[in-house]
Amino acid sequence: MMKEISIMIVGVGGQGTLLTSRILGNVAMELGYDVKMSEIHGMAQRGGSVVTYVKMGEKVYSPIIEEQTADIVLAFEELEGFRWHKYLKKDGLMVMNTQKIDPMPVIIGRAKYPEQISEKLSEAYNNTVFINAIDLARELGNVKVVNVIMLGKIAKILEIDKDLFIKAIEQAVPPKLLDLNKEAFMMGYTN
Amino acid sequence: MKKKLMIGNQAIARGAYEAGVTVVSSYPGTPSTEITEFMTEYKEIYSEWAPNEKVAMEVAIGASVGGARALCAMKHVGLNVAADPLFTASYIGVNAGLVIIVADDPGMHSSQNEQDSRHYAKAAKMPMLEPTDSQECIDFIKLAFEISETFDTPVMVRLSTRVSHSQSIVETGDRQDVVLKDFVKDPAKYVMMPAMARKRHVFVEERMNRLLDYSNQTPINKIINNEGGPGIITDGIAFQYCMEALGDKASYLKLGMVYPLPDQKLKEFYSSQEKVYVVEELDPFIEERCKVLGLSDVIGKDLFPICGEFNAGMIKEKILNETITDEIKIETTEVPVRPPVMCPGCPHRGMYYVLKKAKLNVIGDIGCYTLGALPPLEAMDTCVCMGASVSMAHGIDKARGAEFTKKTVAVIGDSTFVHSGITGLIDIAYNKGISTVIILDNSITGMTGHQENPSTGKTLMGEPTVSLDFVKLSEAVGIKRVTVCDPFDLKGFEKIVKEETSTEEPSVIITQRPCALLKTAQVFPPYHINTEACRYCKMCLKVGCPSIIDLGDGVVINDALCVGCGLCASVCPFNAIDKGEQG
Ligand SMILES: Cc1ncc(C[n+]2csc(CCOP(=O)(O)OP(=O)(O)O)c2C)c(N)n1
Repeated sequence: MMKEISIMIVGVGGQGTLLTSRILGNVAMELGYDVKMSEIHGMAQRGGSVVTYVKMGEKVYSPIIEEQTADIVLAFEELEGFRWHKYLKKDGLMVMNTQKIDPMPVIIGRAKYPEQISEKLSEAYNNTVFINAIDLARELGNVKVVNVIMLGKIAKILEIDKDLFIKAIEQAVPPKLLDLNKEAFMMGYTN
Repeated sequence: MKKKLMIGNQAIARGAYEAGVTVVSSYPGTPSTEITEFMTEYKEIYSEWAPNEKVAMEVAIGASVGGARALCAMKHVGLNVAADPLFTASYIGVNAGLVIIVADDPGMHSSQNEQDSRHYAKAAKMPMLEPTDSQECIDFIKLAFEISETFDTPVMVRLSTRVSHSQSIVETGDRQDVVLKDFVKDPAKYVMMPAMARKRHVFVEERMNRLLDYSNQTPINKIINNEGGPGIITDGIAFQYCMEALGDKASYLKLGMVYPLPDQKLKEFYSSQEKVYVVEELDPFIEERCKVLGLSDVIGKDLFPICGEFNAGMIKEKILNETITDEIKIETTEVPVRPPVMCPGCPHRGMYYVLKKAKLNVIGDIGCYTLGALPPLEAMDTCVCMGASVSMAHGIDKARGAEFTKKTVAVIGDSTFVHSGITGLIDIAYNKGISTVIILDNSITGMTGHQENPSTGKTLMGEPTVSLDFVKLSEAVGIKRVTVCDPFDLKGFEKIVKEETSTEEPSVIITQRPCALLKTAQVFPPYHINTEACRYCKMCLKVGCPSIIDLGDGVVINDALCVGCGLCASVCPFNAIDKGEQG
């Protein structure tokens, strides 16, 4: 029987978490899994905290994940990883982009951005992986590819054939951005 | 057959295509919006954005009477707007099939209330189906059209956010060939005045009886028997949560048709089980029916909440008493919230900055501009439903008189004004109000993700068309003082607001500047802080732009986010914010 895997992707509206979850879901379907994904549209896209779920297995019923049941939390931003870490299973894996985006209460000085998030998380969980996807994206000259770098990272972690992802990327992004996105994927895959 | 991943809304569009639908009219609203956007993928379907849900439903009713299979889609609160045609559409029935999609939002991910649309099916005496995943979205739409034509009734299909916006695997089929039916004059069926309507009401009651028989027989009201364990009566996405939580440790009555509820099947299932739970999100709609049928010890809302969403963990906990007991390892109480914000360059920001500075009461409405109620702007005082700003401002005027009204404005977006602000404005003019109404014309329906509307000059299907002229319209209803201005011209706008609020005449101010996310919006190089001139007075932080960051001893502009709108520079008292260089 195929193992059931629940992945929670968290980030900030505008970071492109939806594309990452959709490609991941399509690859899982190609592999023969049943797949369910829950997305966020509307209000929350406007720079709010966004959460999408990707679940794969022999048969998946609920499209959502609740506290302490995710195998992997893929965090596109530190504070969001910190906000949602409770959704991880005890022995789950936290994969985090070490980028910080201040939310409005911090911007206007009504709250503080928590300190030492990555240290706290790696103390609490046995499995944590950190990647500086925003700097890698800057190397490629486009901060918008953070999501595809994160996709590369998760592809490597899940040990899924990278060609399947490349094929899915080809279908999902416009031709003129294809080379950039493939490069970004490989950056995540190898870093 | 090719398998595909689709969100529920896309599957609804696919189902409509396969069912041979040719006319679709809707008004956007999360979580229903993508249903109608996906319709444009099918050239066989004419699809449009109507100005509001009432119009959309009437267009669909007209198309059905005109002989074409027709559909309209809306969010739960949209059904309130369309309730008038809904109730009488039930009386006239259909010529070709008519399906009404309504998407509820348990948990209020993006809504102003959490109402349960199943009550409408009962009140309007119409069948209602409820799919639980994307494949059922396709299948149930096709079935809904069959039921509609067989029973001469409009059919409602209820979705929820987690069905609308979840992807699951579907198999698609071919489009059914449906020919346009004749339009036959039949006043006894289509002209609802008392003499005819009395007869049609009798028909409706008989139709309910026949639909009840159907509900007892249809395989979409399905009993799944397993050995041992409790019995679960459930509908919608709650079914999926139950399956995940309990699997074959329970038996199920899965209700694909939630109105009329199958009384025989409910009784049969109840008597075959020792303990029966009703697991339904929002109101105790099924539970109450069970109790009326004498199935008195079903367990429902005594155990499960009315407010908010369910999930599998909740069901495990409540029914199996199973909880995950691992302690959570870090307490993260001090995590700052991240509410949605107006985007960098958003035209609404300049407008609110001025209203706040002028210390006005702001009677608000629904759209991206509702975000102006949040810190740091905190410049909106009410928000009830679409269009309410204009009429509520008039009510406050009549309650408190001219002096108060001179310190009060209504703000309303372009799409919202067309949706239901116009009638309020007519009321102000007609009944001698003196309110000031500000129409925020950002050339798009922003909040729901950029839909065209009657003021944008383009149709859903991408064709150029006439655009509604707010100035002429305001004048036509009797408003003499109408001004147009740019909300980023802070001084100019402030002057106009002062003038218009201080007169004892009604007035309309139209602020024009495209949504910053539109391709037509101009983007300039990022601004930056001149640290020598900056005195850290924090004035720029008051505009609440996500690209201006407070460092604690100074501010900095995030050049990855800044679109160079220059609003911060125009509020800086020390000229310490410089334009970016054209690179
Ligand atoms: C009756 C009803 N229908 C639909 C919605 C969903 N909705 C909320 S705001 C809005 C339109 C916003 O557009 P606009 O007024 O142009 O303001 P913008 O977001 O562009 O600032 C819609 C469709 C709703 N809340 N109520």
